[in-house]
Amino acid sequence: MPVIRAQKINFSYAEKAVIEEVSFVVDREQMTAIIGPNGSGKTTLLKLINGSLLPDSGEMHVGEKNTFRYARKEIARKVAIVPQETPAVFPFFVEEIVLMGRFPHLGNYRFENKEDYKIVQEAMEKTDTLDFARRRFNELSAGERQRVLIARALAQKPEVLLLDESTAFLDLKHQLRFLTLLKQLNRDDGLAIVFVTHDINLAAQNADKIILLYCGKIYAIGNPAEVISARNMKEVYEVDVLVDAHPQNASPRMTLLT
Amino acid sequence: MLFLFFVLCFVSLALGSVHIDAGALLRFLGKVLTGKVSIESQEELIIFSVRLPRILFAGVVGAVLSLGGVVFQALLRNPLADPYILGISSGSALGAIIGIVSGAGSFYLGIPLLAFCGALITVFLLFIVAGGAKGALTDNTLLLIGVVINAFFSAAILFFLSIVDSLELHSITFWLMGDLSRASLSEIGVAAFCLIVGFILLYGQARKLNLIVQGEETALHLGVDLERTKPWLLVLTSLIISVVVSLAGIIGFIGIIVPHMMRLIFGSDHRLLLPTSALFGASFLVLADTVARVILTPAELPVGVITALCGAPYFVFLLKRKGL
Repeated sequence: MPVIRAQKINFSYAEKAVIEEVSFVVDREQMTAIIGPNGSGKTTLLKLINGSLLPDSGEMHVGEKNTFRYARKEIARKVAIVPQETPAVFPFFVEEIVLMGRFPHLGNYRFENKEDYKIVQEAMEKTDTLDFARRRFNELSAGERQRVLIARALAQKPEVLLLDESTAFLDLKHQLRFLTLLKQLNRDDGLAIVFVTHDINLAAQNADKIILLYCGKIYAIGNPAEVISARNMKEVYEVDVLVDAHPQNASPRMTLLT
Repeated sequence: MLFLFFVLCFVSLALGSVHIDAGALLRFLGKVLTGKVSIESQEELIIFSVRLPRILFAGVVGAVLSLGGVVFQALLRNPLADPYILGISSGSALGAIIGIVSGAGSFYLGIPLLAFCGALITVFLLFIVAGGAKGALTDNTLLLIGVVINAFFSAAILFFLSIVDSLELHSITFWLMGDLSRASLSEIGVAAFCLIVGFILLYGQARKLNLIVQGEETALHLGVDLERTKPWLLVLTSLIISVVVSLAGIIGFIGIIVPHMMRLIFGSDHRLLLPTSALFGASFLVLADTVARVILTPAELPVGVITALCGAPYFVFLLKRKGL
């Protein structure tokens, strides 16, 4: 039973069509990458999955229900999103930021209990953020902030984790650690993961399935070997590439030709 | 914090154009607390029927304006927002004055209702003018718009006050600088009731305020129902502010100073920020009002003069270093 089912989704901002006739499914144990040029609708697609945007036509199912049938808090317990960046106008402690992930599980007048703190603790251990729990969020580096935001998403205890360019600000060590973490969550906790990235090799090496978006439509969908081809890259990105096999695990590897 | 508030109240009870020594004051308070409310001397009369209500009122007004500051700063994600700077106080004062001038004030609740409408219209104006571009709200554009609205409404208030020769309106400073000495006991009761109910309702939204401060997008993703939460917060806050303004006139800058100082001490979590700001705001206005009463004895300054004299430099200071 797939955890996300999108059927012929259409969506437009004002008059401009951003997503057209998009259909795909995401299974529980799957890592799905969404790639595509700037403005191809990747972020919009993520927002359609977590219900903060509703399709103009077509159906988006998360779990058993259509996204428009969910209350905001209810869907926030199923789907968590890690944004690219958050503005930090007011100084919050890192721990407070992660605790906010518990919001969808709490009533208005209820304080967090031991269980909530335990979940937050775990989320911070997994993301390696415990060291700066008592520091202020706005004083952290971009990479550290990104990890805190991931911890907050994990504290939501979702079934689906959406990531919008989350590796963009991470250095190599943390990028690797982060991908290992994602795979762990995916394999051990059965968390479905959908990530948007510009790094095609990263997608090719780590995703089970890749969705290649082009002008709001799905240009190609399938396993990395099916999607990452010199022809697809030429047509979508208008660049010449060489695709060969990664020496370690034989996943497709792309090299830019100049 | 609570202790600070009571000490301030005590000092404020003792000071004034008639000085009352601390021992006598303590004895009197003891008497009241044990339930014997018999007034035996002139001093006791002053304490009980003049100073005590005034101090209570100052506390209520200070708390409400500080809460207003906290909520607007969160909703607009701008630490410089406050009911006075944004023109909400003057909008509400204008509403109240129109009520008095047009005679609508003779209806039950007429004036507070019109004050409320004035406040709401100002909020809508703010959002319409500043809206459109989403980023504009975090920017100082909003403050500029507020200043303009403020100037316009102040001019309108002056206009009404000059064309009408009504006894109720004879003191212009009451509306423009704020005055805590006019409210009757029952009016103070109404304001206190609004404060308590308003605070309890706002407190339930504290966690949502934390999320809204993280950006509307984030709040939405984490499960805040923005379409319902935002209007509800705006209406609720405008309501308690307008009640206070219709009774006390415009008192500025408390909503900026208080939340900012509390944020420095207690951090940005609104579950702490709301109660501490309310308490500190109450203390601050009691202090400011005491200073206003004492400094020129036997004459009095409008309390708004004191808050503006402290607040305006503080505002400039905040604007300069913006970093927060």
